[in-house]
Amino acid sequence: MTIASSETAQGIKVNKNQSHVRSSLWRQSFRRLVRNKLAVTGFAVVVIMFLACFIGPFFSPYTDNKINMALMNHAPYAKHWLGTDTLGRDVLTRVLQAGRISLTVGLASMVLSVFIGTLLGIIAGYYRGVVDQLIMRLADLLLTIPSLPLLFIIGALLSEWKVPPDYRMYIVMLMLSIVSWPGLARMIRGQMLSLREREFMQATIVLGLSDRRKLFRHLLPNLVPLIIVIATLNIGGAILSESVLSFFGLGVMPPTPTWGNMIDAANNMIDFQERPWLWLPPGFSIFATVIAINIFGDGLRDVLDPKQKR
Amino acid sequence: MKDLLSIDHLQTFFKTEAGTVRAVDDVSLRIKPGETVCIVGESGSGKSITAMSVMGLIGNAGGKVEGGSIQFQDRDLLKLSRNELRTIRGHEIAMIFQEPMSSLNPVLKIGEQVIEPLMEHLKLSRKAARKRAIELIKQVGISRAEQIIDAYPHELSGGMLQRVMIAMAISCGPKLLIADEPTTALDVTIQAQILDLLRSLKEESGMSILLITHDLGVVAEMADYVAVMYAGKIVEQGEVEAIFANPKHPYTKGLLRSKPIMNQLRDELYSIPGQVPNPLELTESCYFHDRCEQCMAICRTKQPELIPVGDSQQAACWLYEEEKRYA
Ligand SMILES: Nc1ncnc2c1ncn2[C@@H]1O[C@H](COP(=O)(O)OP(=O)(O)O)[C@@H](O)[C@H]1O
Ligand code: SF4
Ligand SMILES: [Mg+2]
Repeated sequence: MTIASSETAQGIKVNKNQSHVRSSLWRQSFRRLVRNKLAVTGFAVVVIMFLACFIGPFFSPYTDNKINMALMNHAPYAKHWLGTDTLGRDVLTRVLQAGRISLTVGLASMVLSVFIGTLLGIIAGYYRGVVDQLIMRLADLLLTIPSLPLLFIIGALLSEWKVPPDYRMYIVMLMLSIVSWPGLARMIRGQMLSLREREFMQATIVLGLSDRRKLFRHLLPNLVPLIIVIATLNIGGAILSESVLSFFGLGVMPPTPTWGNMIDAANNMIDFQERPWLWLPPGFSIFATVIAINIFGDGLRDVLDPKQKR
Repeated sequence: MKDLLSIDHLQTFFKTEAGTVRAVDDVSLRIKPGETVCIVGESGSGKSITAMSVMGLIGNAGGKVEGGSIQFQDRDLLKLSRNELRTIRGHEIAMIFQEPMSSLNPVLKIGEQVIEPLMEHLKLSRKAARKRAIELIKQVGISRAEQIIDAYPHELSGGMLQRVMIAMAISCGPKLLIADEPTTALDVTIQAQILDLLRSLKEESGMSILLITHDLGVVAEMADYVAVMYAGKIVEQGEVEAIFANPKHPYTKGLLRSKPIMNQLRDELYSIPGQVPNPLELTESCYFHDRCEQCMAICRTKQPELIPVGDSQQAACWLYEEEKRYA
């Protein structure tokens, strides 16, 4: 770094053409993200998915989901672009309505698990000692049990206890958060441990700042990039897990449609072989959404991950 | 005059897998109000650990203060609670580090960081703190303070950042400023500016400075009093004029010989032969013996004590303990 030359100007070391000094780190990151074509594509796909699912059904004449025995299992044609299902309902409309549920479950469980994971990770990493031990042993315990079998067991229990289908969606969100916070908490804690070794944290100690200031003004902003990346990738994971659960009839139950329980059609040999329009659209939706979220998340990581920063 | 800080028989150790590192071993040092004391010595001699012990940062680094006391005014810093320490740090004792580049939080604007100690210790409002921050930044010789305050650390040069660190350190009017190699990471011309700044701030405020450096040039510029450290111990200390005019300890002599002298060309710069001993392999002896040209039999088996040599200095060397040597 050319300290000498820039120092002589007694001013800010900034490119001349970059007139506004306040170009924040966020703006730089954003610029780098936009340059990553793959990530932008991923983001576009996610946005399109969200818009289609949340706005699309308003333009469909079939949202009442009336059972129409005269139009059962019809292949795609002009009036029903993706055909109709076993009860004569429009598949396209149902895929979009299912998307609402699947995306909501993914988002909500992400928010919850990021909240729990961040909070516990910060507490563990900042206070260390006994609290750290407790939180991390609990996390280890949850991490040693593979999450899918764990989800299956809880799902089976719920069915056993006859939980009303209306509530299952919320319980599924909760389940997904419970299995995904430990990995998150561990990452946040790791980041906290490396942050507290950084010299600027030494400086906050030397300045006699309070814990509150150190945590919320110094540590949290440095965790935000990591949290954003984790949160993004977490949505993809949650959507996938929800689909798997629902596919096996252990997640969200019909009549509430989700992509997972729609693919259930593929369980039926005839449907699987003869009526691909029943399971291909929800399958493709899951595939496209999860892949797009992961590509976007990876792009974000490249830009934001502290390990790669400078 | 009453001492502002008095370190007595300080021992700070690190227990590692390979053994105990006695990073600071029986160090005593006094700082009077308004005085600049320099600790000088090669890298690894325990200078930073001494400063960190005063600041109470040793626990964080994984070490432990095993003995001694650190009296600041009338309080023993080693006996204070976490909270009491916190109200002293940044307020009555401030510290700046070697690396200004990494001492500021990269995601917060300069101003956001400068106002923090003001709000924390002086209970200023955000607005008042910001106003004061601008004054402070001007005071440390940065002219475009209003703009700098909204810049991020990566937009400033090392010298500017060190000025900002100094502004933060002096913001609450500390009685003692500890500066651990504050110019080592900076360009030579900037070094001189930063030292000038420290000196003028000291003159204005009357604070004391504990300046840590490996550079005798810095000592000559700044110090009233010097302590020379080697392998965790003070081997010689005294008034700066006495030490420079008449160094007693062979290590101090070596350091002075290896100091480049301004405007004086020498064919080859002298350097003390050998290396700093491995802190894990120290045995009872003068720790400098295997590099000392005047090493005697006793130097290998017994540790010399710090004793008065001359009027205003002390040295720990068997050359000056005639009586004991033959006793
Ligand atoms: N965290 C640590 N763990 C173990 N040993 C340490 C640690 N920090 C410093 N030391 C040891 O303490 C001694 C003094 O270090 P230091 O005070 O940093 O030297 P310097 O005089 O260069 O500032 C060195 O031998 C170093 O290896
Ligand atoms: S005690 Fe002996 S070895 Fe140590 S500095 Fe003095 S003369 Fe040299
Ligand atoms: Mg050091």
